[in-house]
Formats: sequence, C-alpha cells, structure tokens
Amino acid sequence: MANSAVPTTNAPAIAPISLSALAPWAVFVGILMLVLLYFVGAEQGATAVFEGETVHEWLHDGRHLLGFPCH
Amino acid sequence: MNSASPRTLLVRGMLAGLLAGVAAFLVAYLLGESKVDAAIAIEEAAAGAGHDHGGEAPVSRALQATAGLGTGVVLYGVALGGIAALVHCFALGRIGRFGPRATAVVVTAGLWVTVTLVPYFKYPANPPAVGDPDTAARRTALYLLMIVLSALLAAGAVILGRRLAPGLGNWNASLAAGGGFVVAIGISYAVLPGVNEVPAGFPAALIWDFRLASLAIQTTLWTTFGLAFGFLADRALVPTRAPKEAVQPTS
Repeated sequence: MANSAVPTTNAPAIAPISLSALAPWAVFVGILMLVLLYFVGAEQGATAVFEGETVHEWLHDGRHLLGFPCH
Repeated sequence: MNSASPRTLLVRGMLAGLLAGVAAFLVAYLLGESKVDAAIAIEEAAAGAGHDHGGEAPVSRALQATAGLGTGVVLYGVALGGIAALVHCFALGRIGRFGPRATAVVVTAGLWVTVTLVPYFKYPANPPAVGDPDTAARRTALYLLMIVLSALLAAGAVILGRRLAPGLGNWNASLAAGGGFVVAIGISYAVLPGVNEVPAGFPAALIWDFRLASLAIQTTLWTTFGLAFGFLADRALVPTRAPKEAVQPTS
C-alpha cells in the first residue's frame, strides 16, 4: 500500500470550494439537470406535463435502453 | 493558490457528459437497437396490434432508433455530467490528497455504482413488451426510490468512513464503510417489492441480451465521462496548482 497510483508527495492539496460558493450552483444547476432527466426518463410515461405521446414516442428507445421503466 | 470555480468545472462536466452521451449512443445503436427491434416483433406478433404503439405511431421506428435514441442518450449524458461535476466540486480537496483527475475518477466510479449498478440489480432495464402499462407509474416510483435510497446510503457510508478513519485508519475505515453500504443495500433489496412482469413465453435469452446491452451503454457512458472529465478538469486546474506540470505538451 505504500506506493499508490496517486502522487501524494509533491502535488499540493487543492483548496476545497467553499460551500457558500458552491450552493447557488448546486441548487440552480442541480434542479435544471433533474428536470432534464425527468423529461428524458418519465415525461408522458409515469406522469405528464404535456399532452399527447410524442415525447414518449420520440424518447422510447432511449428510455428502454437506459433502464427507465417504460410502458 | 486560487481554488477551482464551480462554473469552470460545470462547463467541463457537461461537455464531458455530451461526449459520453455520444459514445453511449453509438453503443446503444450498435448493440441495443437489434434487441429493441426483436422485442417489438414479439410484441406485435403476440398482441396483434392491441398495444398502444400499434396503428399510426406518431414517431416512426427509424426515427426512434436514430434521432430519438440520440436525443435521449445525449441529454441523459449531459444531465448526469452536470450532476457529477457538482459532486466533483464538493469532493475536490475534501477526500484527501487526490488531484482533480483522480477525484474525477473516484467520483465517477462512486456515481456509477450508486446511481446505475445498485438500482440496476434490483430493477433492471426491460425491453419493449415486458412490463404492464398500468403499473408504469408504480415501477417508475420504485426505480427512483431505489436511486435516492442508494445515493443517501452512499453519502451515509462516506460520512461513516470519515468518522471511523481517525480510529481505524483509512484502509479499515473504508472497508467498514463499504461493508456497511453493502449490508444496507442488501436490506433495501430484501424490503423493497420486486417487479417481474415478463410475459410467459418471452425468450429469456433476449432479456439477457437486452440487459447486457443496457449495462454496456451505462458503463460506456460513465467510463467515457470519467476519463474525459478527469482530463478536462486536470487541464483547467493544473496551472493553478503546479506550474511545472502545465508546461507538459498535451497533444
């Protein structure tokens, strides 16, 4: 275990990003990404924002192959 | 030494996710589409156009298998890339002396296990014709519940490992936390209801092939993402941490 693949001697530790600097990004982008995942994975399947079946049909193969429960 | 900015890492994470999505799309098209087609053929033979997708479909099979599949997989890659970049922002500098690239690999491996593998072994991917449309909402809820549970248990395991590390040492603390995670996931598997809606007579080999293809797609996505994001994050952050390494030619 003495020789790990990660250099530990000369690489200085990176300063962590402070939580107050990260929080607005995490909330805003996190929600945006989850909305995106919802439309890829579940819109017009388990529940629907828009009417019809076009979104479901367009993303049909991706949903099955990515492992989302489909019809 | 100025620290990394979330914006820098997010942009790179989403770019790496885009690349990963394209790679995963190629695997999905080459390995997965034939299995989808085979399942749909069985579905149509069995139901005789009694299914939702019979009749005039709003999207043709040719479009579903190319542009539709590409849209889904690429957007999925971008979204996961953004989320992984956020986790990377948090982990960077907080998990010992890992640099940006090693942190990217650790975070990606952790997300691959937590978000993909753990839910997959409980609620695996299913081809068309497997699954009752009436239970889609319940199956989706269970699948999301498994992902959330897995992510929470993983976060708990990380916290536990950090608590134990001063007393047990890093190695034993990691083993204890990992073991605790496995046991907790095992209990979750046992408690959550199973889903088996495979129609009688549906070829088992086709389901196996389909699920292998799905696993190959996910693994391609995460591997490509981890390597690409590690490379980009390292390049973005290296000048701020070690000027002598920044001189290295990268092409």
